[in-house]
Amino acid sequence: MDEIQALFHGFTVAAQPLNLVLMMVGILLGVLIGVLPGLGGANGVAILLPLTFSMSPTSAIIMLSCIYWGALFGGAITSVLFNIPGEPWSVATTFDGFPMAKQGKAGEALTAAFTSSFVGALVAVLMITFLAPLVAKFALKFGPPEYFSVALLTFCSFIGMAKGTPFKTVVAMMLGFALAGIGLDNVTGQLRMTFGTEQLLRGFDFLIAVIGLFGIGEILLTMEEGLNFKGESARMKMRVVIDTWKELPRYWATSIRSCLVGCWMGITPGGATPASFMGYGLAKRFAKDKDKDSFGRGNIEGVVAPETAAHAAGTSALLPMLTLGIPGSPTAAVLLGGLIIWGLQPGPLLFVEQKDFVWGLIASMYLGNIAGLLVVLTTVPFFAAILRIPFSIIAPIIIVICAVGAYTVHNAMFDVYLMLGFGVVGYVFKKLDYPLAPLVLALVLGDRAEENFRQSMLISQGNLSVFWSNPLVGSITGLSMILLFWPLISLILQKLKTK
Amino acid sequence: MNDSDKVERTVGVRVMEYVVAGIVLAFSALLMQQSDKIGASWASDGPQSGYFPFRVGAILAIGALAVIVQTALARNQTDGNFVGRGALRDVMAVLLPSAIYVAAMTWIGFYVASTVFIGAFMWWLGKYRLPVIAPIALGIPVALFLLFELWFKVPLPKGPLETMFGY
Repeated sequence: MDEIQALFHGFTVAAQPLNLVLMMVGILLGVLIGVLPGLGGANGVAILLPLTFSMSPTSAIIMLSCIYWGALFGGAITSVLFNIPGEPWSVATTFDGFPMAKQGKAGEALTAAFTSSFVGALVAVLMITFLAPLVAKFALKFGPPEYFSVALLTFCSFIGMAKGTPFKTVVAMMLGFALAGIGLDNVTGQLRMTFGTEQLLRGFDFLIAVIGLFGIGEILLTMEEGLNFKGESARMKMRVVIDTWKELPRYWATSIRSCLVGCWMGITPGGATPASFMGYGLAKRFAKDKDKDSFGRGNIEGVVAPETAAHAAGTSALLPMLTLGIPGSPTAAVLLGGLIIWGLQPGPLLFVEQKDFVWGLIASMYLGNIAGLLVVLTTVPFFAAILRIPFSIIAPIIIVICAVGAYTVHNAMFDVYLMLGFGVVGYVFKKLDYPLAPLVLALVLGDRAEENFRQSMLISQGNLSVFWSNPLVGSITGLSMILLFWPLISLILQKLKTK
Repeated sequence: MNDSDKVERTVGVRVMEYVVAGIVLAFSALLMQQSDKIGASWASDGPQSGYFPFRVGAILAIGALAVIVQTALARNQTDGNFVGRGALRDVMAVLLPSAIYVAAMTWIGFYVASTVFIGAFMWWLGKYRLPVIAPIALGIPVALFLLFELWFKVPLPKGPLETMFGY
C-alpha cells in the first residue's frame, strides 16, 4: 500500500497554509472563469500561467488545477440559470437543468449538478490515485516507438470519435503539427518556415493559440449571437440542499454509468464534452419507460448524468498527462505546458523523481474538489449576479485580460498580434465545425511526437515496421489504426446491419 | 434557390468552406516546398529537418482536398449564410477596436491603451454615461498594474505616461 502512504505525504504537502490559500483562490477564480463567456478552463489557466513562474511548481500546479476544478463547477451555474453553457461540457446540463430552473427548482438543479460533479471527480481521483503509479511504472519501460504510438493513439482517437467529418479533425490536427514545427529544429538546429524573420524563430507558443482560439474567438461568437443574459434567479437554501442530497442516492445506477463513461473518455482523449453527452444519452436509454418522456423537461437525472460524466472525464484527463506526458484535454495540455515551464519533465519519471509534486497534486485534487463543492454551494447568487453584468462591459475587460495573458508568456508584442489572429481563426473554425482541441493538442505534443518519431526511425533505419516490432507497441499501434478507420468501420457495420 | 428580396444573401457557408480549405491547401503546399528545400529525405545521420514536416504537409493537403470534395458532394443541400450582415457588424464592432487597441499598445503602453479601449467600448457599444465608464475604465488597469507590476513583478508594455511617472 505504497500509494496510501504516498497520498498521506501528499496531504501534508497540499495542506500547507500557502497551498490552501492558493487552492481557495484557484477555485474562486475558476468558478469566475467558468461563468464568464470567453474565458474557459483552457485559456483561463493559460492566462494565469505566467503569474506562477515565480512560485514553486507544487504550489503553482495546485492553484492552476483548482482553477480547472472551479471552471468545471462554474459551467453548471450558467447552464442551469441562464440556459447558456459557460463551457462546452455543460451543454448537456442545459437540457434538463434550465427547465428545472424555470419550474422554480433552480436550487435542486444546482445542488444536483454540483454534487454529481463532485462524485464524478472523486471517483476519477480515486482511480488516478491507484492507477497512475501503475501506469507510470509500466511507462518507464517505454522507448521512442512506444511514446510515438501512444501519441498516435491520442490523435487517432480524436479522428475516430469526431462528431462531424473526420477530415476536418485531420486538418485541424495537422495544422497544429505544422505550427509546432515552425522555428528552430531541436535536433539539427536548422530553421524551418521562418522566412528570415526573427519573430518566427521561437515558433508558435501554444499558450498564445489557446488564448486566441478559445478566448478571442469565443468573444466574437458571443458578440455575433447577440446574447442578452436573462436568467432565472437562484436562492440556495440549506433545506433544499439537504432534501436534494436525500434524493440523489436513488440515481446511483446513472451515477456509476456516467463515472465509467467519464473516466474512460478522460483517459483516452475524448474529453469532457462528448462524455457529458454520452452520460446523458445512457441515462435516457436506461430510464424506465414512464420516465423517458420527462427527459428534457426538468428530470433531475438529466442533470446528474452529464455533470458526473463531465467531471469524471475532466479529472481523469490528468492521468495520461501525469504518467505519460500526454494530455487528455486542452486544459490538461496547458497544465502540461506549465510543467515544462516550471522545469519538470513530464512523463513516468515524475513519479520517481518528483514525489512531492505528484502526490501533492493528487492530494490537492481531493481537497480542491471538497472545497469547490462548498464554495459553489455558498456563492451561487454572487456568481449569478456577475452574469447579469452587460456584455458590453465584460467583453472589453476579457479582451484586455487576454492581451495581458498573451503578452506575459514571452514579454513579446508579436504574441499579442498573433493572439488576435488566432482569435479570427478560432471564430471561423468554430463556425465551420473544425474542432479546436486536436489543433491545440498537436501544437503541444508536436515537438515531442516528432522527436520520438525521428528517434524511432533512427533505431529502425527508416523502417516503419518498428511500430509493430513488439507486442506492446504493436497493440497500441493496432488500436490506433482501428480508431483511425473507425468512421469507415462503423459505416460498414451499419450497412451490414440494414441488409 | 429562391433568392427573394427579403432573404438576406451574404457569403454562403459553402463558399467559406472552399476558401478555408483552399488557404489550408496553399499552406500545406508552402510547408512541403519549404521542407523539401531544407531536405525531407534521409541523410547519413538520420532523417533531415524537413522529414517530419513534409509528411505533415502531405496529410494536411489530403485532409483539405477531402474537405473540398465533401463540400462539393453536398451541393444539393441548402446553403445558409456564413454570417448575416448585422451579425458581421457586431463581430467587426469588437474585432476592429481590438486590432486598434493591440496596435496602439506598442506606442502608448498597455495601461493607457486599456483605459481608452474599455472606455470607448462601453461608450460606443454600451451607450453608458461617463460616471459608469470612468470607474471601470480606470479601475481595471490600476488593478492590473497593482497585480502585475507591483505584486508579481511581471512588466507589461509601457508608454510615455508611465515613463513620466518613472516606470
